[in-house]
Amino acid sequence: MSSQTDDRSAQEKALAVERDVGNFSYETSYDFDAGKGLSERTIDYICDVKGEPDWMREFRKKALKVFNDKPMPSSWASPDLANIDFDRISYYMAKGRPSRSWDEVPDEVKKTFERLGVPEKERAFLAGVEAQFDSESSYSSMKEELAKQGVIFVSSSEGLMKHPEIFRQWFGKVIPIGDNKFSALNSAVFSGGSFIYIPKGVKLKQPLQAYFRINAEEMGQFERTLIIADEGAEMMYMEGCTAPQYETSALHSAVVELVALKGAKIQYVTVQNWSASVFNLVTKRGLALEDAEIRWIDCNIGSRLTMKYPAVVLRGERARGEVLSIALAHDGQHQDTGSKMIHAADNTSSNIVSKSISIGKGRATYRGMVQMPRHLKNCKNNTECDALLINTNSRTDTYPAIVVRGEGNSVQHEASVSKVSEEQIFYMQQRGIPEAEAMSLAVNGFVNDLVREFPMEYSVELRRLIDLEMEGSVG
Amino acid sequence: MSLNINNLSVSIAERQILKDFNLSVSRGEVHAIMGPNGTGKSTLAKALAAHPDYTVTGGTALLDGAEIIGLEPDAVARLGLFMAFQYPVEIPGVSIANFIRAALTARLKESGGDFSATAYYKALYAQMDALKIPREFTSRSVNVGFSGGEKKRCDILQMAMLKPSYAILDETDSGLDIDALRIVADGVNHMRGPGTGFVIITHYQRLLNYIKPDYVHVMYGGRIVKSGGAELALELEEKGYGWVEKEFGVLV
Repeated sequence: MSSQTDDRSAQEKALAVERDVGNFSYETSYDFDAGKGLSERTIDYICDVKGEPDWMREFRKKALKVFNDKPMPSSWASPDLANIDFDRISYYMAKGRPSRSWDEVPDEVKKTFERLGVPEKERAFLAGVEAQFDSESSYSSMKEELAKQGVIFVSSSEGLMKHPEIFRQWFGKVIPIGDNKFSALNSAVFSGGSFIYIPKGVKLKQPLQAYFRINAEEMGQFERTLIIADEGAEMMYMEGCTAPQYETSALHSAVVELVALKGAKIQYVTVQNWSASVFNLVTKRGLALEDAEIRWIDCNIGSRLTMKYPAVVLRGERARGEVLSIALAHDGQHQDTGSKMIHAADNTSSNIVSKSISIGKGRATYRGMVQMPRHLKNCKNNTECDALLINTNSRTDTYPAIVVRGEGNSVQHEASVSKVSEEQIFYMQQRGIPEAEAMSLAVNGFVNDLVREFPMEYSVELRRLIDLEMEGSVG
Repeated sequence: MSLNINNLSVSIAERQILKDFNLSVSRGEVHAIMGPNGTGKSTLAKALAAHPDYTVTGGTALLDGAEIIGLEPDAVARLGLFMAFQYPVEIPGVSIANFIRAALTARLKESGGDFSATAYYKALYAQMDALKIPREFTSRSVNVGFSGGEKKRCDILQMAMLKPSYAILDETDSGLDIDALRIVADGVNHMRGPGTGFVIITHYQRLLNYIKPDYVHVMYGGRIVKSGGAELALELEEKGYGWVEKEFGVLV
């Protein structure tokens, strides 16, 4: 029997090894590179390379000013934000030529791909040894099908250039430049991300996946996605994957805007597994008009610090908003996630279910904002946030901010913190299940009702990823 | 083929509970261990199952010749020792079907084998039918919100699926109504045969009305003080434990 301190240091050692698994990067040469640091010249460079119209150049420059003027969020946010060195970041790189081969990909990474069951043809792309994800065969038939229905599914740059009438009407409307410092940064230097328009009444049966049109250029750190579902349209979008991704930058700051017009339904599914040095600061918001429904399904794994609070503005009567989120914070990681529900019409309803898992010294924070102003009637919110702590030094915090006024509006908030008990582990071990697997089983059980809401292939990968993350967390 | 416990001494939090305990159980036999509260009956079960709170300070326990003292609880389980719990633990979000499958997979991994989902469910449903367990039962989370009887049903089904060579029922009958008691008894009788040895730890004789033991042992002060056949249980029922204390009180 070793002392408690020995246990801890041994564990930290094990966790540090684990943490490096997702960290890998290579030197890449680019045709276009705006260099390090951010100024008006950076923006001119981006606009010139992309051949963007003047209004976008002005929009970007205005955003740059807002970004420079806005102080870093300080009173409530993680002090770790102060460690981002904006002068050392490259804000635009395009047309990279991978200068490495599959043989150079670390064995650990290859093994992880295998264990997660990542399809063979996706591995080279994810490992950054191929610039283009070879999906032409599966994509072309899908593209034809979508075009027939009038669906637009292109990169945000292509959306701006080829569909200016729809793009300009909604771009930057749900999340204005000045929403926060990082939405301003994204507005100034964004590249990549998707632009999607679903025409009236078109109900897509297959989810649209970022995979199908992504390439290395668009996997940039300042993605901008805009999705518009016209009246009565229905769609699901999926982004990310559970596999570790080769690292392009220490800062990822995306903006995602969703617009669900009358009676439309949008589901936005994210599964991301960032390497442990990345700051992941994302602004996601949807606007739901009358009878519309927006659902964010979000899974955050990895990163040094993630700050992400998907929001729904319930602008039309009977609009519905939902956020289902899972966060997993490993040693040295901070998942600061949550949701915002802004009720702005009568009879609107929202639902938030958040589950977090903290391992080792990992920290999971939940922030929830629910607003129902005085003049509204019959609005409902249900919030449920559950935290699971794996080790005695794991940490979780909950900061709900609920403002409910007016008659007949109701809010229900439930929060719980639990631990996997020794008796649970013993019970499972007594059935022959090794300790680490028993821990995985308990953690998978904890998130099971949420994992079920993910599309099939994601939920399978997610369970495997949780198994991988739990390895080395006990003992 | 037997479970041989020799001079086993066990402490919990520095307090010695078992003292030079000896017992030999062959496969196919049913042994009942009875005795007043606090004499170490449960300690025996937990120590054999390698519960981390129990420290073995001396002695050996050989399961078909293999030493199990010092092994991890899961290793002991995979060697063939099953324990039915007095208070089965809840595992939210993990269905009974998935739980049993994980337990079987852990065994197969060791032997390098594998089995298909269809083969598994076929085997599971066969056992459920034999134990008269409705199909929807196994899609529920393990023990979550279960009645006393349902918890026993869950443990018994696990036992039937895992087919242990030795099963210890650790006061699994305490606080049960007559229907729940029957579930336990039917489960044991269903499995009774040359493949499995049973150790039934109980405070009361009533479970033994449904499971007829081959041997009955009376435990007192951390060791067995008297052994006999099924009739010993009836004698205890009639006379109570007071006489044990009188006769063996000197040992404590």
